[in-house]
Amino acid sequence: MSTRLEEVLGFVGAERDRHLAEASGWPRTVILCAVGSTLSQKVWERHVVRRAAGEPDLVYIDLHLVHEVTSPQAFEGLRLAKRGVRRPELVLATMDHNVPTNEEPAEPISARQIAEMARNAAEFGIVCYPMGDANQGIVHVISPQMGLTQPGMTIVCGDSHTATHGALGALAWGIGTSEIEHVLATQTLAQPTPGTMAVTVDGRLPRDCAAKDVILGIIARIGTTGGVGKVIEYRGSTIRALSMDGRMTVCNMSIEAGARAGMIAPDDTTFAFLEGRPFAPKGALWERALDEWRSLPTDAGAAFDREVKIDARELRPYVSWGTNPAQTVTIDERVPDPDALATDARDAARRALRYMALAPGTPVRDIAVDAVFIGSCTNSRLEDLRAASEVVRGRRVKDGIRALVVPGSMKVKLDAEREGLDRVFQEAGFEWRGAGCSMCLGMNPDVLRPGERCASTSNRNFEGRQGPGGRTHLVSPTVAAATAIAGHFALPADLR
Amino acid sequence: MESVRHVAGRALPLGRADVDTDQIIPSHWLKRIERTGYAPGLFEAWRTDPSFVMNDARYRGAAILLAGRNFGSGSSREHAAWALLESGFRAVIAPRFADIFRSNALKNGLVPVELPDETVTTLVAAVERDPTLEIAIDVERRTVTAPAAGVSATFPLDDHARQRLLEGLDDIALTLRHERDIAAYEARRPQWLPRVR
Repeated sequence: MSTRLEEVLGFVGAERDRHLAEASGWPRTVILCAVGSTLSQKVWERHVVRRAAGEPDLVYIDLHLVHEVTSPQAFEGLRLAKRGVRRPELVLATMDHNVPTNEEPAEPISARQIAEMARNAAEFGIVCYPMGDANQGIVHVISPQMGLTQPGMTIVCGDSHTATHGALGALAWGIGTSEIEHVLATQTLAQPTPGTMAVTVDGRLPRDCAAKDVILGIIARIGTTGGVGKVIEYRGSTIRALSMDGRMTVCNMSIEAGARAGMIAPDDTTFAFLEGRPFAPKGALWERALDEWRSLPTDAGAAFDREVKIDARELRPYVSWGTNPAQTVTIDERVPDPDALATDARDAARRALRYMALAPGTPVRDIAVDAVFIGSCTNSRLEDLRAASEVVRGRRVKDGIRALVVPGSMKVKLDAEREGLDRVFQEAGFEWRGAGCSMCLGMNPDVLRPGERCASTSNRNFEGRQGPGGRTHLVSPTVAAATAIAGHFALPADLR
Repeated sequence: MESVRHVAGRALPLGRADVDTDQIIPSHWLKRIERTGYAPGLFEAWRTDPSFVMNDARYRGAAILLAGRNFGSGSSREHAAWALLESGFRAVIAPRFADIFRSNALKNGLVPVELPDETVTTLVAAVERDPTLEIAIDVERRTVTAPAAGVSATFPLDDHARQRLLEGLDDIALTLRHERDIAAYEARRPQWLPRVR
C-alpha cells in the first residue's frame, strides 16, 4: 500500500479521501477520522442512516421547515399515497412568502394557499405559526430566533435560502417539493455527498462595510457557479468577528454562489446566542450538547476540494448593477462596459444593462432609485434594522421614494418597537410593516411597478424578481437607508 | 414518475447562461396549490417579446431545451421542472445545472444532460441553422447524438439516478424499504435535539 499511498498524497480534498479509501480498503468514515474532516463532513457523517455502494447516502433530517408556497403539492402527494408524516414533532410550518405585511387581507389565490397550509398542518399534526401569530415570520428568521436551529443539525426547507441556518453550524439546504414529500414521509433524504469548499476572509472589515458586503464580495470573486455541488465553509478572522445576525446574512446567500449550503463553525458567539432560547437544551443537556458542538469545527488536517482566500481590507460596500448577484461593483465604481468584460460575460452583461436601463460608465452614486426595501431573510433581523435606523434617524426620505422596512419576524418587530425603531423609521418617511418576505420576491402585494428601480437588502436581482419589469439593486441595510435619504446610491458618510 | 429511456426530437436553442427559476416560472404562479397548469407561465416575461426564440413557430413542439451555463439557478421551486415538462420538454442540455434544479428535474423524469460548453455551442448553432435538426438522448447508454450537427457525446449521470429514470421508481417507497435503518438511527439520536412539540 505504501507506494500507492504516495501517489494518493498528490490529490486534495475529497479526491484524496476517495483514493485513500480505495488504496486502503477502509470505509470513508475511517479515512475521515484518520486524516481529519471538515465541519460539513462531520455533520454529514453523523447523519448517515444507510450507506451502500453505488447509492447516495440516506441521511436523517433533524428539522424540516415548511412554508405555504412549496408544500401544498407535497401534502397532496402524501394524501394520494395514503401516507402520513413520520415525525410531525420535527416539522415546523409558517406562512411568509405570500402573506401581506400591511394588515390587508390576502387576495383570493394567496388566501387559498394560506388556508391550505393551515389545513395541512392541522390534518398532519404539524405546528404552524399563521399570519398574526406572535411567532410568525420568515421561516429562516424564526427558527434560529426560537433556538430550534442548533449546531451540528441537518435542516431542510423547500426554499433555497435554507443555508441561512448554517450560520449556527447546522448543515442546511434547500429542497424541491418532491423532496419535501420524501422528508415528510421518511424524515430522511437520499443525497449525493456534497463537496467541500473553504472561503477564508481575514482582516478588519472597512468602515461602512457590513456582512452583506462580505458575501457580495465573495460572490463577485467566485461567481454564480463558484460553489456548485459544494458546501462552503466561511472561515477566518473577519467571519469570526461577525455577530450571529451578520453570519446569517453571509450564509443566506450561499445559493447565490451556486453552493448546496454554507456553514460557519460554532464558537462562543454561537453558544451565547443560543443559550436560554426557548428550544435550546437546558441544564445537563446543555452541557452535553456543548461538548458535542465543540467537536464540530474542521480538523487541522482536513482538506477542502477548493479553497479561496480573501483580504477583508479589499472589500467595499457593493451595489449590484445587473441581473445576477455576481454582477456587482463597489459603490465607488461605475457601471461596467460590457466590452471591457471577459468574452463569455459580455452577452449577459449587455442583456442585463438593457433590462436595467443603465448606460456603461455611469457612476453608481448617480443612479437614482424609486423604491427602497429593507427586509428579507437576508437582512431583516434586529441588527440590520438598528444599523439602518441609525442612518435615517432625524432625516427624511427623499420626496417621491417609496421606502419600506419589513421585519423578518413578529418578534423582531416587537423588539425593534421596544427600542423605538418603528418611530425612527416612520418619522423619516418609511412604512413600518408586519413580518414576511414582502418585496423580496414579488408574490404578495409588495411589488415594483414595471420600470421602477429599487435599492434592496434582499438576495436576488433577477429580472422581474420584485415584480414584472422591476429593477433590483442589491445593497446592505446601511446603503439602502442612505440611498433612501439621498435619492441615489449613497453611503451613510455621504449624508454628512 | 414515468420511466424515461430515450428522448428524441427537435430542440429549442435558448442558449443563455444563468437562466434562473424566476425566469423559467415567475413567482406569482407559485400561489397555486395544484401540481399542473404551469405551461402558460413558462418563460412568461420573455415570451412577451415577439423575437424571443420560444415565439418562433419553427421551434414549436421541441422536446429538448438547449441552455447555457448554470441553468435553473436561484429558487428551489419545482414548478420550474413541472412547467418545462408540461410544455413538452423531456430533456434540458446545458454545460452546467444548478444543484436543486437538477435534483428536481430528476425527480420528475426531466433529463438533465450536461455537455461541455463547446458541444452545447455547436448544438445551439446547428439548431439555429436548421430548426428541424433531431437530437437523440439515450439514458441507458448516457449518450447524446445529433449526426447532422456532427455531435456524438456522453454525459454524466450516476448509476443510481440513471436507474431511477429508467425504471420510473417511487423514491419514497424505495426509502421505506429501509425502515429498520431509519428506526435504528432514531433510537440513537442525542436527547438534546429539539422537538417542535
